[in-house]
Amino acid sequence: MDFPEELKYTEEHEWVMVEADLAIVGISDFAQEALGDVVFAELPEVGTVLEAGKAFGVVESVKAVSDVYAPVSGTVEEINTDLLDAPEIINTSPYEDGWMIKIRMADAKAADNLMDAEAYQAHIDEEG
Amino acid sequence: MTIIGTSGLVLNEKLLFEHSAPGRKGYSLPKLDVPKTELAAELCREEISGFPELSEVDVVRHFTRLSTWNYGVDSGFYPLGSCTMKYNPKVNEVVARLPGLADIHPATPAHLTQGMLGLMYRLQESLAEISGFAKVTLQPAAGAQGEMTGMLVIRAWHEARGSKRTKVLIPATAHGTNPASAALAGYDVVPISSDGVLTLEEVEAHMNDDVAALMVTNPNTLGLFETNIEAICKLVHERGGLVYCDGANLNALMGIARPGDMGLDVMHFNLHKTFSTPHGGGGPGSGPVGVTAALAPYLPGPGVECDGKSYRLESVNESSIGRMMAFHGNVGIMVRAYAYIRSMGPTGLKHATEMAVLNANYVRARLEGVYDLPYKNRSLHEVVFSDKDLEGGCHTLDLAKRLIDYGYHPPTIYFPLVVKGAIMIEPTETESQEVLDEFCDAMIAIAGEARDNPELLHDAPIRSKVRRLDETAAARKPKLKWEEVG
Repeated sequence: MDFPEELKYTEEHEWVMVEADLAIVGISDFAQEALGDVVFAELPEVGTVLEAGKAFGVVESVKAVSDVYAPVSGTVEEINTDLLDAPEIINTSPYEDGWMIKIRMADAKAADNLMDAEAYQAHIDEEG
Repeated sequence: MTIIGTSGLVLNEKLLFEHSAPGRKGYSLPKLDVPKTELAAELCREEISGFPELSEVDVVRHFTRLSTWNYGVDSGFYPLGSCTMKYNPKVNEVVARLPGLADIHPATPAHLTQGMLGLMYRLQESLAEISGFAKVTLQPAAGAQGEMTGMLVIRAWHEARGSKRTKVLIPATAHGTNPASAALAGYDVVPISSDGVLTLEEVEAHMNDDVAALMVTNPNTLGLFETNIEAICKLVHERGGLVYCDGANLNALMGIARPGDMGLDVMHFNLHKTFSTPHGGGGPGSGPVGVTAALAPYLPGPGVECDGKSYRLESVNESSIGRMMAFHGNVGIMVRAYAYIRSMGPTGLKHATEMAVLNANYVRARLEGVYDLPYKNRSLHEVVFSDKDLEGGCHTLDLAKRLIDYGYHPPTIYFPLVVKGAIMIEPTETESQEVLDEFCDAMIAIAGEARDNPELLHDAPIRSKVRRLDETAAARKPKLKWEEVG
């Protein structure tokens, strides 16, 4: 299982890539593997104000429906509309083509407190 | 070990559309002996493209063949956790087909329907007695509508007191429909990540002046009795909230303990689960709701009342949330449930509960050590294992599919979500020890196959009419209607 070093991770299995005050968000390889084949993704509208820790979208697989949580507070700048027609991209490319939303962060340092790849790996091992 | 699943001659069957032949009919009319009159053009519909034209025998064979592909509780063991797939006694069906009960129109005046109204009244009273609630409405169509009814009643109670609370607490061990029902009633859902049995501290940490209610399932989806329920209800009440109980698991309590006595304010029943009416094919269900006296004025109406001599529909209280169904709900299901309650009697209902709990614990005891049991506490009417100890790279889904080869409807899988790779077994009281032993033998044999020959699980099912269905394609590109090809 792959957890790129340059990303930050949450306990709820989202990843974040920070570019200045923009946070690109998706779900981790572990999350897509656990969910199985994703068949539906629901994303917020551009301009939606998000609060860290609150659900911003939904991914549905053949096994379960799961909320996806905002890792940081801010405003939705862009959404990955490709996922609406082809949610399976989340399975095939969770870290690149499968990104879900871009958040303009209220606080550009908000992602600093999230886990790095090593801490996230430890978190998964602990969850068993 | 006898494996009850086997291969046999199963007949293929085309869609009705594909059977069609132009001009074929399932009826014959006498020769026309009166002048022919054409219907006005505006009264005629246009031709429906591809509409099937079939003979009687085509239709009979079509549905008879399809019925042989089916698996129901009349064919075998159906341990679908959380669904209480108990055997449905045929006496219920006999009673439900009595012409006096089956053939009446719901708008028939009360003086001509005393029998049915009397039955509904006695069912209301019986459910109130079984659950310990002051008043019961029979109206909701099934469990989830019962939940919504209960939450709307809670909302009406708060509004009548000028309270504007917006949140509902729901532990992770509650039924999956609960958050949707609370949301439909206009509430924001606050999940409580409960691990096993809900504690007073977990509720206290989330309880504040914004919380309208706590929604619990008791026993919860791990099959565990919420041992702190009395103290939790007391706390929520002291802080101005109410407690909703999802009664889908009443089969673990019936005749032994009454939710109304535990301090719960509202509960829905699933007549189609606990009270043995057929379900699993999409209904109809029936989800009556019981409430405390304080909440009774808000129930939907009309219910049935009795003045000691005759039965009639009540006039609906002004504070009622209004109707949840046209007419009186799914009355045919009420008739079956009432037949069940009366044929079992109080001691029979209590015995059913005892046997349901005993059977679940028997399965638990036989499979513990073979399968991982994440929660060791003695369960009530169902037991949840995980796929952690399953070898050969096999998962819960593979185990479930292999059970089909052995002749069983698979248990509930991947629920509850608090257990990774969950497999949730609810045997119910209607299974004999021999049936449970055969099933447990199959489960143990499959664990061995996973270790020695995992391909058997990965390839399963191999004996069924169809192999693994492509659930992903079905979800991503569903074909919802027949279309003529080329």
